[in-house]
Amino acid sequence: MSDNTNILVVGIGGQGVMTATEILAEAAIALGHDAKKTEVAGMAQRGGVVSSHLRFGKRVLSPQITPGTADVLLGFESAEAMRWQHMLKPGGITLMNTARLVPPVVELGLFDYPEDPLAEIRKSGNKVVAFDATTIAQNLGDIRLGNTVMLGAIADHLPFGAEVLLDCVLKRFQRKGEKLVELNRRAFAAGRAAVGEAAAALA
Amino acid sequence: MAAVMPVPAASRVLMSGNEAVARAVWEAGVKVAAAYPGTPSTEMLEVISSYPDLYAEWSVNEKVSLEVAIGAAYAGSRSFCCMKHVGMNVASDALMTLTLTGVIGGLVIAIADDVGLSSSQNEQDSRYWGRFAHVPVLEPADSQEAYAMTLYAYELSEKFQVPVILRMTTRINHVKSLVTVGERNEFVGAGFKKEPARFVMVPGNAGKRIPLMFARDIKLRELAESAELNFIEEGSDKRVGFIASGPAYMHVKESFPNAPVLKLGFSWPVPFEKCRELAAMVDQVVIVEEVEPLVETELKAQGLNVIGKEILPLQGELSPNVLKPAIARLLGEPVTETTALAPMQVFPRPPTMCVACPHLGVYYTLSQVRNLNISGDIGCYTLGAGHPWNALDTCVSMGASMGVALGMDKGRGEADKDKRIVAVIGDSTFLHMGMQGLLDMVYNKGNVTVLLLDNRAVGMTGGQNNPGNGYGIHGEDAPRVDFAKLVSALGVKDERIHVVNPYELPVLFKTIREEVKVPEVSVIITDQPCVLVKDYHKLKPFEVIDDKCTGCGNCIDVGCPAIHVTRRGKEVKPSGREVDLAFVRIETSVCTGCGLCVQPCAPKAIVHHVQTSPIQLVTKGGCAA
Repeated sequence: MSDNTNILVVGIGGQGVMTATEILAEAAIALGHDAKKTEVAGMAQRGGVVSSHLRFGKRVLSPQITPGTADVLLGFESAEAMRWQHMLKPGGITLMNTARLVPPVVELGLFDYPEDPLAEIRKSGNKVVAFDATTIAQNLGDIRLGNTVMLGAIADHLPFGAEVLLDCVLKRFQRKGEKLVELNRRAFAAGRAAVGEAAAALA
Repeated sequence: MAAVMPVPAASRVLMSGNEAVARAVWEAGVKVAAAYPGTPSTEMLEVISSYPDLYAEWSVNEKVSLEVAIGAAYAGSRSFCCMKHVGMNVASDALMTLTLTGVIGGLVIAIADDVGLSSSQNEQDSRYWGRFAHVPVLEPADSQEAYAMTLYAYELSEKFQVPVILRMTTRINHVKSLVTVGERNEFVGAGFKKEPARFVMVPGNAGKRIPLMFARDIKLRELAESAELNFIEEGSDKRVGFIASGPAYMHVKESFPNAPVLKLGFSWPVPFEKCRELAAMVDQVVIVEEVEPLVETELKAQGLNVIGKEILPLQGELSPNVLKPAIARLLGEPVTETTALAPMQVFPRPPTMCVACPHLGVYYTLSQVRNLNISGDIGCYTLGAGHPWNALDTCVSMGASMGVALGMDKGRGEADKDKRIVAVIGDSTFLHMGMQGLLDMVYNKGNVTVLLLDNRAVGMTGGQNNPGNGYGIHGEDAPRVDFAKLVSALGVKDERIHVVNPYELPVLFKTIREEVKVPEVSVIITDQPCVLVKDYHKLKPFEVIDDKCTGCGNCIDVGCPAIHVTRRGKEVKPSGREVDLAFVRIETSVCTGCGLCVQPCAPKAIVHHVQTSPIQLVTKGGCAA
């Protein structure tokens, strides 16, 4: 239905795209929304393309986001963010990690990796905010914090407050100790700040 | 999976269709559940195995899993069996006679159709099995329905003493949506009663069961007419009414909120009267079903004027962006142009083998041996057909590498007389359906070199345990098959059986090159585990000394995703030939030190990485969200 919010999370197998989408779904459900989450993953465990669809609202029927209807595109990888631009609705926004994960078919010289995916997206007229989630995570001490950075990045582009999403992220780490909870809290804040700064610089 | 505490009744939880079925199986008091892994069905049994109070097993193939479920149902207990669509082909022999004996305890068969081929060798419509075997078919449209229909299926199964098919598709199995769960009910089985006229299907007995099956069809159709799972939703726009089932129903509701719809949850036998009722309400009826025109064909045979595959695709998933333009054209309305951009051109990103995968050594070697025709099979190693190896020439069905290789040998024409025939099969696929093919090959004196890639897991579906790795479904110790002894027992000569380490390229190369020259059956077993299972041990990572790298690109031909090109160049050889150069680096954070890329590196530019980065020193503990 048209009152649904459509979030598209994209990346490659192994990056944690599906888990990130699941946490977003949990946040939507915590606020009383109906939600459906689905993937076009294929054999994604083997480094293939993953696009995870989340739809939420009063009632969700079809689980798939159709081209031209995504409100937000959260890209875990630059070329993947570019690959799915046609899914965004007019006025929709892309929040993308600038990481470039180059597959073997490119290393073999069979295909080229786009020179500047961010520029290509800008050229298309779609709104885009880019940030380096991988470096942010590294600076916090663990590259695996990248997923929480990504969730922080989308926090201010949802039809609900960032706190609910943060709670859902931190719930995942509660059993693993206060240190990890704190690290993830900082990663979430860093992702939020990175998008805020990049967006402000553009404005 | 280890046992977990089930969430309490009345909880509302986000569940995939697979998780929802698993919950219902537990609540229904099922005693025995069996399956062979296969996308998109795998998580059903995986999750079932985490529940208490029931027996769950990974069977060696789908036919055995169904037979195990049949035995439990004959014994009066409730049983469950699940598989992907192609698995039902394997299990169908049992199904076609099971329908004559029927069951005592309820038996539900959940079949997961990979509509859209996300991870399969073909696309099939498992609703055919309901018609073929004369058993009812239920089709959920989301996780809540998958849960509720599984519970209903057990009642239906026992009421009519018939196995019930729950037809799911990828878009039901893997989509997560909210489910309200209930209480578990203990089910006390009746016990097995000796009744040879019913359970011993010799011609004299089976012939007497067939009329009972046909009589059951009539009763099932009567029930389908009144079943709550089949309902009409009225609508104000009566130009087109829809008959839809499974995920297609959701797409219809999304696309045409004001149209009358007959939702088929109990989709075979088709409730013809309900369909006529809808037809009487609207100008035209469109049947929206994935994949084959089954309901459509049956309704047309009933004389109903309906439309289906004339305007909708026979292949792949349906969705609102397929349905809306098709119906607009039917109504003669302008097709609304999508506001979407044209998709941007980006390189393809096919699935790859993992960093340090033991199959890399095998395919690198096969790509270096000339004059081979390679008969492949189903698993991660099917990826050997891709770049850079291009070292797998056929892939048909589970275990087919054996028979196809023998046929290529016996059927070889003049053009192939110097070709060597190689078959490649994984451990689990071999145990599933390859053993018989090897026996056939040996018995019929084939000239084939078999590569049995034992990576101690069902790799492609997520590393499930099997009889080849010595672990049971809960990770407990289990008897482990000895592949060398097994193939020896099938008749392969002991001097033709070699167990090799796939990371030792010179040995692997020499063994393959020698065995393909021997005109009889050889079996080369590789013995290193999948990098995703617990038996895999990481080693120190490697790095490239930039000054020493000559850009020859030999290491890239191994196909490991940890190797990246830093710059490219060209070199003119003394012969005058120009060659491309590719200088590389190794992503040390993912390299696990298998050493495959080190071996073809002539300038010895690849050495153990000296740890300097603080990123390597973080605590373990699964920080990733």
